[in-house]
Amino acid sequence: MNLILFTFIVLLGFTSYYFGRKKAYTIQSTKKRLTALPQFYGYYLAIWCAIPAFIIFSLWAIFEPTIVKLLVLSDYSNQGYLDDELNLIYEKTKALSRGQFTGEITPFIEASAEKYLSLRSIAQSSKVVIVLSAIIASVAYAYKRISSNSRTREPVEKFLKAVLFTASLAAILTTVGIVFSLIFQTIDFFKVIPLFDFVFGTHWYPAKAFVRDSSEALDPSMYSDTFGAVPIFAGTFFIAFIAMCVAIPIGLMSGIYLAEYASYKVRQYAKPLIEILAGIPTVVYGFFAALTVGPFLKELGTSMGLEVSAESALAAGGVMGIMIIPFISSLSDDVITSVPQSLRDGSYAMGATKSETIKRVIFPAALPGIVGSILLGVSRAIGETMIVVMASGLAANLTLNPLESTSTITAQIVVILIGDQAFGDPKTQAAFALGMSLFLVTLCLNIVALRVVKKYREKYE
Amino acid sequence: MIKIKAKDVDVFYGKKQALFNISLDIEENQVTALIGPSGCGKSTFLRCLNRMNDVIDICSVKGEILINDFNINDKSCDVVRLREKIGMVFQKPNPFPKTLYENVSYGPTIHGIAQSKQEMDEIVETSLKKAALWEEVKDRLHEPGTGLSGGQQQRLCIARAISVRPEVILMDEPCSALDPIATAQIEELIDELKKEHTIIIVTHSMAQAARVSQNTGFFHLGQLIEHGSTDKIFKNPDNKKTQDYITGRFG
Repeated sequence: MNLILFTFIVLLGFTSYYFGRKKAYTIQSTKKRLTALPQFYGYYLAIWCAIPAFIIFSLWAIFEPTIVKLLVLSDYSNQGYLDDELNLIYEKTKALSRGQFTGEITPFIEASAEKYLSLRSIAQSSKVVIVLSAIIASVAYAYKRISSNSRTREPVEKFLKAVLFTASLAAILTTVGIVFSLIFQTIDFFKVIPLFDFVFGTHWYPAKAFVRDSSEALDPSMYSDTFGAVPIFAGTFFIAFIAMCVAIPIGLMSGIYLAEYASYKVRQYAKPLIEILAGIPTVVYGFFAALTVGPFLKELGTSMGLEVSAESALAAGGVMGIMIIPFISSLSDDVITSVPQSLRDGSYAMGATKSETIKRVIFPAALPGIVGSILLGVSRAIGETMIVVMASGLAANLTLNPLESTSTITAQIVVILIGDQAFGDPKTQAAFALGMSLFLVTLCLNIVALRVVKKYREKYE
Repeated sequence: MIKIKAKDVDVFYGKKQALFNISLDIEENQVTALIGPSGCGKSTFLRCLNRMNDVIDICSVKGEILINDFNINDKSCDVVRLREKIGMVFQKPNPFPKTLYENVSYGPTIHGIAQSKQEMDEIVETSLKKAALWEEVKDRLHEPGTGLSGGQQQRLCIARAISVRPEVILMDEPCSALDPIATAQIEELIDELKKEHTIIIVTHSMAQAARVSQNTGFFHLGQLIEHGSTDKIFKNPDNKKTQDYITGRFG
C-alpha cells in the first residue's frame, strides 16, 4: 500500500515538473524573458510536491504507532495494570492482528486486535488523503505563483544544498552514534574492571569470564587477572611492526620504481596489477597465511632446528605486510609523481644521476606524503582482523618471539563476540573497551597522517 | 674563439622533427642569444647542449655537437661530467625545497669538489656573491630557498649553476617569470658572468637579446634562419623573415 502511494507521489513529482516547465515555455512564448531556465520552474514545482509529502510521511511514521497504541490501551486504563503488563497486552494484540499469536486468545485481546486493525486502516486511508491533498494544494499554489519574474533558481539551488547537507550529516551522525555506543559500554566495563588493571595488567584470559553463570551476582574480584590488555596491545603492535617491516621497504621501492624508472608502458600495466593486491579480500589473505605460509614457516623452522608455532606472528605479520604493499606503493607513487618536473630537471642539469636526484631531491620533497602513506598503512595493519584470527592464533601470549603465536585486539574482539552474547556482562563489554582503544589508536594515526599529507599539499599546490 | 660547434643537428620528438640541420658556432666568453617565435625549437636546441633531452624518452638527437672539440653526442661522453661543465638556468626558478646553503652546495657535493666544510663555505659564498645574492641572504643561509622572492630564487638558481664553475651556462628564458627590476638585475649579472663563462640565452624579449648579447641566432619552425653578431641581426639582417620578426611584424 505504502509502495503504491510512494510510486504515485513520485509520478506526481514528475507531472509537476512537466507542468512547471510547460508553464515556463508558455510564458517564454509570449516574448517575456524568464528569470531562470525553464527546467528550474519544473524542479521548483517538483520540490513543492516532494516537501509536503516528506513532512507528512515523517510525521506519520513518528506519531502513528504512539497514537494507535494509546487508543488501543485506553480500554485497559483504570484497571490497575502495570506498564509492563500493558506493553505485553499490546504486543499480544499486534501478534494476533498479524495472525501470529499462538497463546490462549481471550475475548479482551480479540476485541483490541479488531480495534487495532480498524485504527490502522483509518490511519492509512487518512494518510493517503492528507498526503495527496497536501501535495495537490501546494503544487497548485506554487503553479499559480510562478510567473516570468518569480524566483525559482534560488529555491532549487537551496534545496539541492539541503539534500547534500543531509547526506553528509547522515555519515557524520553514524560515526558519532558508533562512538557513543562504544563509550557507554566502555564506561560500564570500567565500572567493574579498574582502568589500571586493563591498561597495565599482563594477563588476558577472557575465557575465565565465560564460565560465569549469569544468574550469579556479579563479583568484580573474580575478574582480577582476566582483562589485562598488555599482551594483546603488545601483540597488535608487534604484528603491525612485522607487517610494516615487509610493507615499507617493498612498497616504497616499488613506488619509486613505478614513479621514476618504469617506462610509460610498464607503469600502465604494473600499477593496476599491484593495485589488484588491494582488491583481494582479507579473508583470502587469511587462509593464504594460515594454510600456506604458516605451515611452510613451520617446516622451514623445523629443518633448521627451530621451534615454530604453526600459527606464528611472523606468518600473520608477513602476509599482512603483503596486503599493505599496494597502499604504500600506490600512495608513494602518487606523491613522488606530483613532485614538480622542474626539480628533477634542476638536479639533472647539475649533473646528478637518477639515483642521486631521487635520494637528495625527490625523496626529501616527497617525504611528508610518504610518511602520510606509511601512517595510513600502519592504521590498516592495526585494524586488520581476518588474517590475525586465521593465522596467528587466539592465545594472548606476551612474547616478542615472532615464531610464537600471539593475538591482537581485533582477534580478541572476534573471540569475545562470536556466539551467544549476554549484554551487560563484563566479557562482552570488554570487546567494547577494546574497540574503543582500537578506535582511539587508529584515530590518532589517521589524524597525524592527514595533517602530514595536508602540510605537504600546501607546499606544491 | 669557438667554444661550441654544432654541426647538422636534427632533433626528433617521436616521429615529428623539431630541429632541421642546425649548424651554429658559439663564441667563448660571449653571450649568444637565441630568439624566435614560440615553438620554433630554440629551447630544444639549448637542451641539446647539455643532453637534457635525454630525460625525454621519445626525444632523439642526431648530428654532432663539439664542445672543446669533443662530440658530446658520442657514446663515450659522460653526461655527469658534461653537465658539470655546462650549467643550466631554467625559465621558472626551481630551487630545491632545501636551505639556501644546501641549494648552492648541491653541485659541489655530488661532484665531490669541496674537500672540507670550510672549502664548501667558501664555494657557497663566492657563488652567491657572483650571483649578486650574498648581501641579501648571508644571514639566512639555513632557511629554505623556496621562501625567497621570484627574482632572488632565480639568482639562487644561477648561484647553484655557477657553484661547480661551469665553462658554459645555458639560460632558458631566465627572466620570463620575473618583474622588470629583477630582470634588470639578472641582465646585469649576465654581463658580469660572461667574463668567466660562455653564456647562451633563449629569450622572447627582443630588447633583452639586444641588451645582453653579442651574437644572436634566429630560429623559425625548427630552422636556424640566420645568425651573426647581434648588431648585424638587429640593424641589417640578411633574411626578410628575420627583419619581419625583429620589427614585430610576426611572431
